[in-house]
Amino acid sequence: MPRLSVFFIRASLIYLLLAFTVGGLLLVNKGMMIYPYIWRWLPLHMEFALMGWMVQLAMGVAFWILPRFSRGAPRGTIWLLWLSFILLNAGIILSVGKSLQVPSWLPAVGKLSELLGILAFIVGSWRRVKPTGA
Amino acid sequence: MPVLTRAFVKASLVWLALALIAGVWQQIPGSLRAGLHSVYIHLLAYGWLSQLIFGVALWMFPLYSKQKPRGSTWLGWLCFATLNSGLSLRVIFEMLSAYISSPIIAWMLVLAAMMKWLAGVAFVALTWRRIRER
Repeated sequence: MPRLSVFFIRASLIYLLLAFTVGGLLLVNKGMMIYPYIWRWLPLHMEFALMGWMVQLAMGVAFWILPRFSRGAPRGTIWLLWLSFILLNAGIILSVGKSLQVPSWLPAVGKLSELLGILAFIVGSWRRVKPTGA
Repeated sequence: MPVLTRAFVKASLVWLALALIAGVWQQIPGSLRAGLHSVYIHLLAYGWLSQLIFGVALWMFPLYSKQKPRGSTWLGWLCFATLNSGLSLRVIFEMLSAYISSPIIAWMLVLAAMMKWLAGVAFVALTWRRIRER
């Protein structure tokens, strides 16, 4: 498994734990009130579960298993995909600010960073979606 | 395909069908549907998608060792059992909690949260060392 996939997949496992932990606390709070404002953490739970865990895992596995190029760099423009990893994770961290009462522009910057990360991934992977051997 | 993966994948398909039944039920005018939307989302995100990922990951990720190719078997079954029993408890008692207030229901939601969290921890413990560079 290439190093970038290790980073993507291990980061996704960390977000899986965070998503399950925050989700567990929200569910406990449904049963017995532990903290009245805990529902502010719902966007945090959704961000960790969707972008952190599922999307990031898919990106890591895709980088690993998509068909490779027979000439040149086998997995294409690697720096672009590392940039995608950095932008996505910076974006997730900044986006969760909306649950933690930070300046309102910060989550917007986070979402923009996530978008740029995904675009970098699409550009970096586009040509690998091809028949095997081509 | 290993037995554990077959169990995960088949259970994920059952939860997918249940999620879609919940989706149809929500659309019936006058039906009892308090608490059902959250259940529907979790059936899709955890019952189907996460569970399908767990099963396929345990099958396809690089092998742990020649002696124990997929790591600890009992930890894998613990993950399967806690994820599915936690989700079942959640489905039953989250919907009941919308109509009935009772300490038993509250404690069952706490138990559901703990079991689902334990499933996440077990999966990460099982896969972390299989995610490695080659």
